[in-house]
Amino acid sequence: MKKVNWMVVIAGAFVGVAALVLTLLGNPANMGFCIACFLRDIAGGIGLHSAEKVQYIRPEIIGLVLGACIMALAKGEFRAKAGSSPATRFVLGAFVMIGALAFLGCPLRMVLRLGGGDLNALIGMLGFALGIFVGVQFLKRGFSLRRNYTMGRPEGGILPALMVGLLILFLAVPTLFHLSETGPGSQHASFWIALGLALVAGALAQRARLCMAGGIRDSIMFQDFKLLYGFIAIFLVALIGNLAFGTFKLGFELQPIAHSSHLWNALGMVLVGWGSVLLGGCPLRQLILAGEGNGDSAITVFGMIAGAAFAHNFGLAGNADSLNEAGELVVGGISSAGKVAVLLGIAVLLVISILNMPQKEKAVQKN
Amino acid sequence: MAVKVDARGFTCPMPVAMVQKEVKKNAPDALVVLVDDRCAVENVTRFGRSMGYKVAIEQQDETFCLTLEKA
Repeated sequence: MKKVNWMVVIAGAFVGVAALVLTLLGNPANMGFCIACFLRDIAGGIGLHSAEKVQYIRPEIIGLVLGACIMALAKGEFRAKAGSSPATRFVLGAFVMIGALAFLGCPLRMVLRLGGGDLNALIGMLGFALGIFVGVQFLKRGFSLRRNYTMGRPEGGILPALMVGLLILFLAVPTLFHLSETGPGSQHASFWIALGLALVAGALAQRARLCMAGGIRDSIMFQDFKLLYGFIAIFLVALIGNLAFGTFKLGFELQPIAHSSHLWNALGMVLVGWGSVLLGGCPLRQLILAGEGNGDSAITVFGMIAGAAFAHNFGLAGNADSLNEAGELVVGGISSAGKVAVLLGIAVLLVISILNMPQKEKAVQKN
Repeated sequence: MAVKVDARGFTCPMPVAMVQKEVKKNAPDALVVLVDDRCAVENVTRFGRSMGYKVAIEQQDETFCLTLEKA
């Protein structure tokens, strides 16, 4: 029996509890936290896409980045670093977002959906694990986005500073932003409670190195289960909470903001899992690393925001299951354009994976 | 003589993957691993211990020097 890392369990449990509280206070069901959905809402809020139902300045994102930043500064772990294939990371971030929005959630929401009884998330998790497995095969064979370099402190502070700016602007001049009046974007907990909970969650996630992809990745690569305990803690807390509050609903069809198009749930999450391994962490981890001063992760977050804008401007994102006027089930899913985008994303990841293998570099050195 | 792995500038999981590759390939009695990331220090330490190495950590400015020796 491996030793349990309690910091990860505490961080995971807190994220699970905070997600439940935020859902009870107004966030959409099974969406106490969702990095993909919330970055998408912010993209809409600042006018990068015009999907009227998903536009809001989510304080959860601001809180996670700033909580990690404050904790990193307090612990002397804030390091401004960048230069590890930033353009590639931007593209990877964009496709991870397209995959997540095809599934309708990031890996964190996938775990929360599982805790709510949404079996589509189980299909998504199979795809996620498969994507991680494929990514690990490239890592084992030497895939690398190359070294990063020490930068001046301001470079490391870019994303935290932008988050502070966004916070001040939203509070001072909210009319600047597009804010949903109906749909998921209109459903949110009180701004200050969400910000406060996310600040603590960000700080704990920084200490615990919480990562939804890292748990499965490290289990496969090193038989290291540390991060998996965080994943399991979030699931158990969400499960117990949903059972206690009567919001647990087991099944595939008509789950909250979810579709039961199995193949595309799985393939969307293949894209997320594989991309997250190449990037060195899931969307949540990218926010936390950016808060610690990692400019490459900040670029990845910008890529994810751009990916969200693409997803909604070109109709690539998933549509939830619904009932028609006759009360019949209409299975949601993604459009033909969305399917092409997910397959294109998988092809792009394959090309990036192959082109960043070490053999080519060695061959050049021999010449 | 200790095998040296310079994983400075790499973020997780790369430093552990580099150490793992070296351990699998050559099974050295001792390794010196250079990293500049606290998360990498924790992960390489945990991996080294799981592989039966004793791990000593020294910090010089922003570089951590981990010495792994077979216990």
